[in-house]
Amino acid sequence: MAIRAFVLVLLFCSSLIPSFALYEDQVGLMDWHQQYIGKVKDAVFHTQKAGRKRVIVSTEENVVASLDLRHGQIFWRHVLGSNDAIDGIGIALGKFVITLSSGGVILRAWNLPDGQMVWETSLQGSGMSKSVLLIPKVGGDNLIFGLGKGCLYAVSAIDGEILWKRDMTAESLEIQQVIQAVDGDVLHVSGIIGSTQFGTYKVDAKNGELLEHNTADVPGGFSGEVIPVSRNTLVALDFTRTTLISIQSPDREIILEHTPISDFVGDSSGIAVILPTKLTGIFALKIETSVLFVRLTSEGKLEVAGKIKQPTVISDMLALSEGQQAVGIVQHEDGKIHFSVKLVHDWDNSLLKERIVMDHQRGLIDKVFINNYIRTDRSHGFRALIVMEDHSLILVQQGEIVWCREDGLASVIDVTTSELPVEKDGVSVAKVEHSLFEWLKGHLLKIKGTLMLASAEDLVAIQDLRLKSSEKSKLIRDHNGFRKLLIVLTRAGKLFALHTGDGRIVWSLLLASLRKTEACERPTGLNLYQWQVPHHHAMDENPSVLIVGKCSSSSDSLGVISFVDTYTGKELNSLNLLHSVAQVIQLPFTDSTEQRLHLIIDTDKRGHLYPRTPEAREIIQRELSNLYWYSVDTESSVIRGHVFKSNCISEATNEYCFTSRDLWSVVFPSESEKIIATVTRKVNEVVHTQAKVIADQDVMYKYISKNLLFVATAAPKVSGEIGSVMPEEAWLVVYIIDTVTGRILHRMTHHGSQGPVHAVFSENWVVYHYFNLRAHRYEMSVIEIYDQSRADNKDVLKLVLGKHNLTSPISSYSRPEVVTKSQSYFFSHSVKAMAVTLTAKGITSKHLLIGTIGDQRYLDPRRSLNPSQAEKEEGVIPLTDSLPIIPQSYVTHALKVEGLRGIVTIPAKLESTTLVFAHGVDLFFTRIAPSRTYDSLTEDFSYALLLITIVALVAAIFVTWILSEKKELRDKWSCL
Amino acid sequence: MAGIQRCKPFIVVLLLQIFISALSLSSVNGDGYTINGPVKIQSFGTKGFGHPGKLSNVKVILNGGQSVTFLRPDGYFSFHNVPAGTHLIEVDAIGYFFSPVRIDVSARNPGQIQAALTENRKGLTELVLEPLREEQYYEIREPFSIISVVKSPMGLMVGFMLIVVFLMPKLMENMDPEEMRQAQEQMRNQGVPSLASLLPGAARSN
Repeated sequence: MAIRAFVLVLLFCSSLIPSFALYEDQVGLMDWHQQYIGKVKDAVFHTQKAGRKRVIVSTEENVVASLDLRHGQIFWRHVLGSNDAIDGIGIALGKFVITLSSGGVILRAWNLPDGQMVWETSLQGSGMSKSVLLIPKVGGDNLIFGLGKGCLYAVSAIDGEILWKRDMTAESLEIQQVIQAVDGDVLHVSGIIGSTQFGTYKVDAKNGELLEHNTADVPGGFSGEVIPVSRNTLVALDFTRTTLISIQSPDREIILEHTPISDFVGDSSGIAVILPTKLTGIFALKIETSVLFVRLTSEGKLEVAGKIKQPTVISDMLALSEGQQAVGIVQHEDGKIHFSVKLVHDWDNSLLKERIVMDHQRGLIDKVFINNYIRTDRSHGFRALIVMEDHSLILVQQGEIVWCREDGLASVIDVTTSELPVEKDGVSVAKVEHSLFEWLKGHLLKIKGTLMLASAEDLVAIQDLRLKSSEKSKLIRDHNGFRKLLIVLTRAGKLFALHTGDGRIVWSLLLASLRKTEACERPTGLNLYQWQVPHHHAMDENPSVLIVGKCSSSSDSLGVISFVDTYTGKELNSLNLLHSVAQVIQLPFTDSTEQRLHLIIDTDKRGHLYPRTPEAREIIQRELSNLYWYSVDTESSVIRGHVFKSNCISEATNEYCFTSRDLWSVVFPSESEKIIATVTRKVNEVVHTQAKVIADQDVMYKYISKNLLFVATAAPKVSGEIGSVMPEEAWLVVYIIDTVTGRILHRMTHHGSQGPVHAVFSENWVVYHYFNLRAHRYEMSVIEIYDQSRADNKDVLKLVLGKHNLTSPISSYSRPEVVTKSQSYFFSHSVKAMAVTLTAKGITSKHLLIGTIGDQRYLDPRRSLNPSQAEKEEGVIPLTDSLPIIPQSYVTHALKVEGLRGIVTIPAKLESTTLVFAHGVDLFFTRIAPSRTYDSLTEDFSYALLLITIVALVAAIFVTWILSEKKELRDKWSCL
Repeated sequence: MAGIQRCKPFIVVLLLQIFISALSLSSVNGDGYTINGPVKIQSFGTKGFGHPGKLSNVKVILNGGQSVTFLRPDGYFSFHNVPAGTHLIEVDAIGYFFSPVRIDVSARNPGQIQAALTENRKGLTELVLEPLREEQYYEIREPFSIISVVKSPMGLMVGFMLIVVFLMPKLMENMDPEEMRQAQEQMRNQGVPSLASLLPGAARSN
C-alpha cells in the first residue's frame, strides 16, 4: 500500500511541473513562423563581385532587407519604426547599404554582408521638400548627397559625418530633382518656384557653395512632375496637358521649348501623363492606355521612338558596360508577360525578348527592376525583379520564374477561419504512412531517441520526421480541430487560405471586386466574415466567407462585397453596393442554407440586409424590434445607441433596407475627454460557468452580458507621445456601458495616466494596458463585474425550495445591481496588441496574449490578475506590485513577429486547446493549452516507455506462470 | 498611488553595474536634444564571434514606438531631436530582459539628462543600458537517466511488479514455517475467497 501511495504522490508531482513551456526540440512541431518583407518600393542589385549575389530592397512596411538572388531568402532584414518610412536606398563604397528615411531626416548605413548598422546621421532641416538620396557613381570622395526637409547635405560615406549643409528653403524652391554633373564636381538642383517659375541651381559638390542660380518664367505653369531626360534637359507638361515643355539649361540661361503632343500622335484626345521614370535620353508618355516613348535627339529636339498599346511597366535605366543604356519593358497580356530589354539609342531592336507564363492570380505588374550579368559567351543576360499587383515579388531570368515571394502576406487586414472538409471515402488515411517498413523505421528511430541511444544523424532524422509529419498537414478535418484553413485578406485585395498545420498556401485569389475599376478608384478591403458555416442542414454546401470593402478611403464611398468559397477558392458572387459601409453587424440568425444574416450599416445609419432573400427578410422582420446597435463617434466623443424602426422609403430596394432611430447617447465632455479605445466581448465567446468560487468558500455571480462596451477616454492634450505632458494634466477615464440601454455600469478615473490603451473584454472582466506618467511605467488594470442581484442565491435551502432567481432571464432592460472589483499592476513592457484565449466550451482558464513592443508574444495567466484577496492568502500568487514575466511563457519562444498588428485566437475542438495566429510583417501560428492538455496526452508523452512497460509486464506474467507451473510440478513430485 | 509602499524590488539583479562617473549625455541640436548611450551585453563579448548577427538585431525603442533605432558596432545608440520632457526607452533584444529606462530631459539646463530604471527604481548616473537578466525561452530537457525512468509512473509500475514477483516469494520463504501453517489454516477456514464474500453484504451474512 505504501508503494501505491508513493506512486500517487509522484503522479501529482509530475503534473505540477509548470505549464505551457516548450522544449527546444519542440519548436516547429505545433507552430510555424513565416518572415515577409512587404511590398517592395525600391530595389538595388549587388552582383558585381563574386560570392553571394543579393538584392537590397526597401518596402512599404518600412523594411530594409537583403535577399538572396538565387532563392529569394532573407539574408538580413530590419524593420524600422512605424513612422520611419524609407525614401531611398543605395549602395555606397560597395559595402554599405545607405537608407534615407523619415522624410529625409535619418540617414543610416548598414553593413552589406550582415546588416549591422554602421552609422546613423540625423539631418535636421526645417522646410518641406521631397527627399532624395543621391549616391554618386563617379568621384573618389565617398560622398553621399541627401535632400530632406528643404536642405541639401553632403555626408561622408565612411562614418556618416555631415560635411556640408545648404538650406534651400530660403529660395522657396520646390525641389524636383538633384543630379550630378558628369565630372562630379557640380550638383544641379532644379525645381519649381511658386507655380509658374522654374529655377535651377548649381551647387559645388565639394563644399556646398552656390555657384549659379537661374530662373525662367513658365506662363501657365506645369502640371505634374518635372522629369529629367538628360543631364541638362528636363521635360514637363504644361497646365493643359497638351503641350510638352522641354527645359534646357546648358549654360547660364534656361531655354524653354514647347512641343504640342499632337505632333506625336496626330489628334490627341486623351489626357497625357509623363510616367515617372529615371531614364536618360528618353522618356515615356502615357496617353490613355498606350505608352509613347519620346527620345531626345542630339539637337535637343523631341521625337517618337516607339509606341506600345498594352499597359506597360518600365524599369529604371541600367548602364551596360560599354556605356550603353538599357531599359527593361514589361507588358502584360492575357496570362503572359512579355519582358524585353531595349537600348536607348537603338530602340527598334531588343536585346532580349522573353515570354513568361504568369499566374493570373497575381494581377498586373506594378514595378520592375532589371539587372544584367555577363553570359559565358560574353553577351548580356538580364534578370528582372517584378513586383506584382498582389505585392508578390518575382525574379525572372532566362524566361523562367526563378523564385517568388508572397509578400502580400506582410500586410494582413483581417483573418477568419474555415473548417476543412470531412474525411470522405476517397481519401485514405493509410496513404499517410508510406509502408510498414517506413513506419517501423520511424518508430525505431523514436525509441532510440527516447533512450538517448541515437547518434547525431539519427537525431536530425527524428526531428525531420516530427516536423514533416504528414499527419498535421492533411487537407481533411481532424478529430481535435487543430487543422483548419486560415482565410487571410491582405491589403492588396488578395485572399489567401493558409493551412494551420504547416502554414502553406492552399489557394489564393486576387479578388476581382477589390481591383481598380472605372467605378471604383481605390478599393480597399475592410473585413472578412464567415458567411456560411454549414453544419446541420446544409452539409453538402461548401463554407464561404464574406469580404466587405469600399471604393476609397473616404467614409461615404460606396461599398463592395464579395463571397468566396473556402474549399475551392473561387469567387461565388460579388456586388457593388449602392450605399456606403460604416459598420457590419453579424446577426445571430442563419437561414435554411446556414447563411448568416448580416446587416451593413451605412453612414446615414440605415441597415442593409444581406443575403437578399425573402427568407432572410422574414427572419429579420420578426426580430427587428430586438435589434440594437451602437455607433462610436470619436471625432465628437459621442457614443449613440440605435434601434431599427422601419423600412426605408426612398430606396429602390427598400425591402432590405431599414432605418433606425437614436435611442440613447453618451456625450463625453469634448474639452476634457476624448475616446481613445472601445472594446466589446467577442461574439463567439462561450462562458461555461456563471459563478466564481472565491477562497473563503463564497460564491460570486459573474455579470455576463453580451451588450457591454468598454470605453477609454483620455484628456485631449495627451493624445501625443509619452513625455509630451505633465502627469497633472493627464487622466484616463474608463467606462463600462450597456449598449442596449446606454447605462454606465462603471466609471473609473486613472489620474496621471495616458494612452495608448489596449484592452481585452472577456466573460465579466476587462483587462487594459496604459501608461502611468507618475510612476513612469506601464500599468495593467483589471475590472471584474459581478451581479449582486444573484448574490443571495447561495442559500441551499432557498435553492431547494425554488426561491431563487437563477432561472429569471438576464435582460438588459432590467436595472442590474452590479459590483465591480478592480486592481492595477505594473507591467514592464509596451504592448502592441492584446487578445484572450478562446476555447470551445469555455471551461479552460483564460490566458491573456500580449504582443509586447519587442514583437514577441507573452502569455500571462489571468488568474494572477484576479483581485481576489483570498488567493493571496492561499499563497497561490506571491503579492507583487508588478506582473512578473516568465520567459518560458513567450508563445513565440525565441522568435519575433516583427511589426505585430493583431493576434487572433480560434478555439479548437479539443477543449483544452486554443489556436493562436499572430500577424504583422511576419506570420506566426501555434496552438496553446492554457491549463495544459488535460484532455489529451501531450506531444512528448513517451509511448515507448508505455510499450516497454506493457511488454515487460507480459513477459513477467509468462515468466511467473512458467515458474509457478514448475513449482507446482515439483510440489506434486515431492508429495509422492 | 501608493508607490513607495508598493516598492518591493523582486528582480534579481544579475548583470547590473552602476557606473559612478557622471557624463554629459546629450547635446543641443536645433530644437531637440540627442540622447545617446551604449547598450552593454556582457555575454556578447564572451560569446564573441559565435553570434555575429546578434548585436545587429537589438532595437532601442523610444516612447513605445515613437522612434526605433539600432545599435552601432560599438554598441551605442542615439535618438536625435528629442524634446525636453520625460521619456521612456526600451531595449528589445532576444534572450535578454532589459528594464525600461525613464529619461528626464531637462529644459532648464540644456543637455542635462537623468536616467532611472523603472523596474527597480534605480537611478543611473550614466546612460548605460544593461540587461537585468538573461531569458531562457525553452525548458531544458533533462538527460536520460535510469532514475528518471524508474521515477516515472511506468517505471514504478514495473518496479512494483518486480517486487511482488521476486521479493514476495523470498519473504514467504523467510517466514516462520509455523506462522505459515497458521496462516494457511486460517485461509482454509475462511474458504476460497469468492466474489460474494468480498461484497460487504455477503461478509455480514457469514
